[in-house]
Amino acid sequence: MANEVLPEASTAQAQTEPTPEKGALWLRILGIFLKQREASIAVIAIVLTAYFWSSNPVFLSKENIGLLSQYTAATAIIACGEVMLLISGEIDLSVGYVYALAPFIVYFAVENYGLSLGLAVVVGLVISLLIGVINGVIVVYLGVPSLIATLGSLLALNGITLTISNDFPVLTPGTGTKFAEVMGHSTFSEIYWAIGIIIVMQIILSRTRWGLHTIATGSNLLGASEVGVNFRLIKMSNFMLTSLLGGFAGILEAFRITSATPGAGGTTIMFNAVAGAVIGGTALQGGSGTIIGGFLGVIVLSLLSDGFTLLGINANTFDIVIGGAILVAMILNVRLQALRKAGKQ
Amino acid sequence: MIEQPQEDVLLIEGVAKRYGAVTALREVRMHLRRGEVLGLIGDNGAGKSTLIKILSGFIQPDDGKIFINGQEVKLRSVPHARSLGIETVYQDLALVNELSVYHNMFLKREQLWKPLPLLNNRAMKRAAREYLEQLGVKIPSVDMEVFKLSGGQRQAVAIARAVSSNAKILLLDEPLAAMGAREGALILNLIRNLKGKDVSIIIIGHNYAQVLEICDRINLLQHGMITFDKPIAPTLLEELNEIVLREYRINSAGVRKNA
Repeated sequence: MANEVLPEASTAQAQTEPTPEKGALWLRILGIFLKQREASIAVIAIVLTAYFWSSNPVFLSKENIGLLSQYTAATAIIACGEVMLLISGEIDLSVGYVYALAPFIVYFAVENYGLSLGLAVVVGLVISLLIGVINGVIVVYLGVPSLIATLGSLLALNGITLTISNDFPVLTPGTGTKFAEVMGHSTFSEIYWAIGIIIVMQIILSRTRWGLHTIATGSNLLGASEVGVNFRLIKMSNFMLTSLLGGFAGILEAFRITSATPGAGGTTIMFNAVAGAVIGGTALQGGSGTIIGGFLGVIVLSLLSDGFTLLGINANTFDIVIGGAILVAMILNVRLQALRKAGKQ
Repeated sequence: MIEQPQEDVLLIEGVAKRYGAVTALREVRMHLRRGEVLGLIGDNGAGKSTLIKILSGFIQPDDGKIFINGQEVKLRSVPHARSLGIETVYQDLALVNELSVYHNMFLKREQLWKPLPLLNNRAMKRAAREYLEQLGVKIPSVDMEVFKLSGGQRQAVAIARAVSSNAKILLLDEPLAAMGAREGALILNLIRNLKGKDVSIIIIGHNYAQVLEICDRINLLQHGMITFDKPIAPTLLEELNEIVLREYRINSAGVRKNA
């Protein structure tokens, strides 16, 4: 009896399984794609592009695509850091001011200390990294919540930038050199850097111990440390990464526009990076998220910003719309996460 | 009862712990034989959690000696206790909900594509699947994120992970708490399978009726001391009921007198 039932059951199962026929293959690929949380945000990006393009064909002109890529690149690089930091359960509000400070460090390293341009960039990046170390120590070892700690360093960093620059912009050194071209000046170099960093960071997040332990730290701090995950090291690394990427994005941008401005970046770029991460599915409470999702989120914000400008919508009105949209996205993010947790049993 | 120390994987003698004026453990003497399942039961405040914390290296006793395989040891920290083969599985604490079952199984012991620092997910998946099958743990898929599993399945995965990290002495803290009959059977079945794997187990429980059927021996902890140590026998449940009832009557009489 049992012998009769068993093969019958297995053939029934074989029939219900999707057969790998050619016709069904694209459906299966679509199915896999739709299960990814990035898919919905990608669809939104495509719909927005289609809408703005139909309203104004200039939207997809080569010039505007170049502009869009520049809008997107620096924020997307910073979003990579914020995604990692948010997943591990922390946030960095000060990164936009590292972005503003780093180019001035490059400038002074060349002008006042006579370093070569390449070395000056390295110095700028090292100091950005050290700011991340300070943020990390204050949060991880001294126990100050990151929201407050990085709010403090935000103010301090802005003060430093204003002091050393006398609140005056400077010309980025090395303009016109090959080095400057590669480091952000040529139209698409910034977005190439961004894409490269995104690919590397996505691999780090989903395919290395660093990524795995970042998720573990944000999802279950106590459980992860029980198993021996060094959550302090993980959080420190992510603060350092965010600050480093912030400084790097600032330097790229300074080479692109050939000057460093004390008021560059700031809370606007930080907020766009965090909003992009959250729109792209990174959980505000930590534990989950993807780099690609954050990138798509930043793209959507850039599309909106650029598209509304082309439509001639007033910048103030635009802030109301986008601020509201970001709040809705964050509410959805928190509520969906709660629903997901509640529906687990 | 004559004891043969060389058979004991774990022996503790005269272990005491005080928190200021409060004595949590008075003078605990307890032993665990190789391959044995020992039920450690006791009321809230009897000192169970203090004893677990000492055995898992989380806190250090004020007094007393601990022997593992006849060798005296001082359990300095959780990693130290773990390196000596003592693993503790806490209810609800162990797993990372957002990670898959196999990533949880290998958390902190990840397999890499040497010499690259990349995770060898395929190898970990296969090993996790084989290991869980071997222990008779049935879950839909090792790819599944842990928050999608039932409470019993999660507990089973947590226990399997502890054992796979080469644990010789397993401390299970309330493994059946808040679990239905079917879920509970899953865990009891897993513990039965572990018996054949040279793992000695201490089950810490509040509700002794649940753990009775799986244990070889029961220890009762009362007011910081082991007051009862007997192998499983048909009359054991009655005896335990009697002890607990007597204590309950004394306590409630005391309360009445004070009032």
